[in-house]
Amino acid sequence: MVQIPEPQPAAYAAEPMGFYTDTTVCIGCKACEVACKEWNGLPARTDETAGGPAYQLSGNSYDNTGGLSGVQWRHVQFIEQFPNEDRSEGRWLMMSDVCKHCVQAGCLEVCPTNAIIRTEFDTVVIQADVCNGCRACISACPFGVIEINPVNNTAMKCTLCYDRMQAGMVPACAQACPTASIQFGPIADLRQRAQGRVDQLKAGGETRAYLYGADDSVLGGLNSFYLLVDEPEVYGLPSDPQLPSRNIPTSSTLSALGAVALGALGVVGLRKRRMDGFAAEAAAEGGGTAIVRDEPTGHVREEVRGE
Amino acid sequence: MNNAPSPTFFTESPEWGWFIVVYFFLGGIAGGLAFLGALLDLFGRQEDRRTSRIAHLIAAPLVVICLLLLVVDLNRPERFWRMMFRLDDDVLQIMFKYWSPISFGAWGVGIFGLVASLLFVGVLAETGTLPRGLAFLRRGGLGTVLTAISGLLGLFTAGYTGILLASTNRPLWADTTLLGLLFLLSGVSAAAAVLMLVGHRRAHPGTVRWLGWMDTTSSLLELAVLAIIALTVWSVVQEVLDGGWGILLIVGTILLGILIPVVLHWRPRLLGSLTVPSAALLVIAGSFVLRTVVVLASERAT
Repeated sequence: MVQIPEPQPAAYAAEPMGFYTDTTVCIGCKACEVACKEWNGLPARTDETAGGPAYQLSGNSYDNTGGLSGVQWRHVQFIEQFPNEDRSEGRWLMMSDVCKHCVQAGCLEVCPTNAIIRTEFDTVVIQADVCNGCRACISACPFGVIEINPVNNTAMKCTLCYDRMQAGMVPACAQACPTASIQFGPIADLRQRAQGRVDQLKAGGETRAYLYGADDSVLGGLNSFYLLVDEPEVYGLPSDPQLPSRNIPTSSTLSALGAVALGALGVVGLRKRRMDGFAAEAAAEGGGTAIVRDEPTGHVREEVRGE
Repeated sequence: MNNAPSPTFFTESPEWGWFIVVYFFLGGIAGGLAFLGALLDLFGRQEDRRTSRIAHLIAAPLVVICLLLLVVDLNRPERFWRMMFRLDDDVLQIMFKYWSPISFGAWGVGIFGLVASLLFVGVLAETGTLPRGLAFLRRGGLGTVLTAISGLLGLFTAGYTGILLASTNRPLWADTTLLGLLFLLSGVSAAAAVLMLVGHRRAHPGTVRWLGWMDTTSSLLELAVLAIIALTVWSVVQEVLDGGWGILLIVGTILLGILIPVVLHWRPRLLGSLTVPSAALLVIAGSFVLRTVVVLASERAT
């Protein structure tokens, strides 16, 4: 039986805390989305925030909240897997998605204002009063979690209810989840609990069950990790997410080499022209004709010089 | 999404639009102008200074425009200062992250703007538009140092924008490490074209030929880099440049912006007196199309 941590009277100890989401028990009720919006004062998707008329049905299964955004910090995915047209067999996959609070966080890495910080709980939080909306974090996040909140025009995402944690409370989504699909607690405890659930599922015949992001193979570990029963891509998760800084050393070296090559080409072109100029002057002093090389094209021509 | 050619297809677009495209384009030209101006000043002859003056006169206003574009593109422009400074216990401190291209880029372009502006003033003093006493900014040891710094920061400004794109997780941008080099070559080539377009009547013929040589060489290297990108990340290129972007790149940048200008440089009498300005205009347009395609095509990729 899963034990859900009760609200504590004081702040949690400063240790890595996070979410473990067991997708096999998610029923798609979206209570987590509602609780998140209510606690964090986030507006509903409107014309402005969703890019379409307010309350329009998406046509994508029963999911009408679209995806994670600046005003949607939790999002329950509905994945329909029905191989036959008559839908006689198949299954639903549901997953409550959220910021992964990566141990190696791309957003934190690129943020040029230090608006994105790591808290004492090892979670990643954007300080809205510091963010200047450069949007570098949006393109850096390998999971597509962050977007601009149109209300305050800054980048926003799940804070793992930093304010509630500081008061010893469980994050709103985890508290609202009726099936304990979203579990909150110290990462070490969650990993142990999640591995037990994987073992249980495998023993029961669900051999596809595995943990995504529970160990340090994905960006040093995800402080919000998942129990999945299909490929990560099926849930909209990359198999091999990367840090944005991975390209900087090679990219910088290649650019520097190109700069040196261009500089050398330019200097050689100018030097050659200068030397050819001296030769032409010398020939002119002697009168008659001079063989002149057109710099820097290298074309050779005969030039008649003055007396 | 199951068949995505790269993990970069799971990310969100930062909505870097036309402001960023124009910033990359003008930044590349400004950087290239500073670089070519520095080469002409430091290694050229006296008659090259006519052209290097034009380079410095155009580079500085372009960098100022670039900085303005950087600011207005922010969702909270009034907080631009937070890119350069931070408040620690109410004490103002420098905000600099050498591992964040957007951070070191802001500083690099800012300092480039300052140095380019000093050279701008120096050139105006040299030509008598400003008091001649200020011409020391272009002369002696100080002039040499400022010119060299301007040239190096120019190269930095032209190239770092590609590195900035590479240090994301977006399709195409983060799938190759060659965008910095590509933008650098394109910036230098477009800058040479600008100098030929603006100054070919007043410039020394030798200077124009040298500019043509720099333009052609950079353009051909740019073409080679484009080919390498296409070969190394073909599946990503196919996906991102679908829907007309690929055709725009091939026609706008490769054909009109590189191949035809190279032919025009090779056969300078082909269009008579129109050859140089035609080639220059095509190179500049090709450079703009390159940045438009690279930035906007990836922006629209999901």
